[in-house]
Amino acid sequence: MRLFDLIRPSRKANSADIAKERLQIVIAHQRTERAGARPAYFANLQRDLLEVVRRYVPVGDDAVQIDVGRQNDCDILELNITLPEHTRS
Amino acid sequence: MARIIVSTSGKGGVGKTTTSAAFGTGLALRGHKTVIVDFDVGLRNLDLVMGCERRVVYDFVEVIQEKVPVHQALIRDKRVENLSVLAASQTRDKDALTPEGVERVLTALAEQFDYIVCDSPAGIERGAQLAMYFADDALVVTNPEVSSVRDSDRILGLLESRTRRAERNEERVRQHLVIARYDPVRVEKGEMLAVDQIQEMLAVPLLGVIPESQAVLAASNAGTPVILQDSADAGRAYDDIVARYLGEERPMRFVTAERGLLRRLFGSRA
Repeated sequence: MRLFDLIRPSRKANSADIAKERLQIVIAHQRTERAGARPAYFANLQRDLLEVVRRYVPVGDDAVQIDVGRQNDCDILELNITLPEHTRS
Repeated sequence: MARIIVSTSGKGGVGKTTTSAAFGTGLALRGHKTVIVDFDVGLRNLDLVMGCERRVVYDFVEVIQEKVPVHQALIRDKRVENLSVLAASQTRDKDALTPEGVERVLTALAEQFDYIVCDSPAGIERGAQLAMYFADDALVVTNPEVSSVRDSDRILGLLESRTRRAERNEERVRQHLVIARYDPVRVEKGEMLAVDQIQEMLAVPLLGVIPESQAVLAASNAGTPVILQDSADAGRAYDDIVARYLGEERPMRFVTAERGLLRRLFGSRA
């Protein structure tokens, strides 16, 4: 401990760290939205997938959710199909 | 082939024009034929920072509208050989810029210059998008401050999607991070974002750090690009940036606080 540490007021929360924490959240959010900048074929793909699923199972319009994300150097197509409860036997 | 470099940031007042002026002048000082183009139509300022405001006869918009050939609108710098400025129009608005017109002017400039430095307006609208659209390199100017960092990230997104290189699926625009108005003393006190924190968040290679410096205001007061002031810390920092851009290796300066007697006595709690 240095001489003047004794008379300086105690340390406040480090505001740079707070800034970084807050920024990390908004930037992560911005980047997810950016990654979600969808390719042109996206709407058609979603429509076709829904059509295929409906050949076998009656589902609602929002049953097929697709998303494009990035992992390392790969674009990843995420596909989520929700089936209605009662179709399970 | 001329290389097109945009100085951009999203947020206003972070040092885009200071950077364009210093960077362009630095390239010319090293013998490269360089032109700095002001894209801030309606709010032109590059002419003031470069000290050529009284020599503007024709501007960028008049060249785009083919009222005069581009060479007639170029203002040759009186201090540095190989350096010219193309001023923005002060009376028009940014709609006067068209993609075709900008492309035509840049193509004409590319015939006589090695480097074309595009000084982007603030924001993410038409003017800013056109300034970056044809770029090969981008200097993303960021202050160690939350809104500037967020805006820079936004600009990085646009550089990856709204440029000619992105649309043509070519090699992407080379991004360079320039952190300006950096105060290492405040960083050590934990009051300001540190270089590595900013870099980690934006994930762009760091080209250089410009310290918060009284020399920048003094230089713009006088209409002298700060890089022409050898004694100024900010001027030397810009010289490093130009050297690194051209492939030279230089250690990072101005990132740690200088240890004076007083600081040693009071200590740092960083």
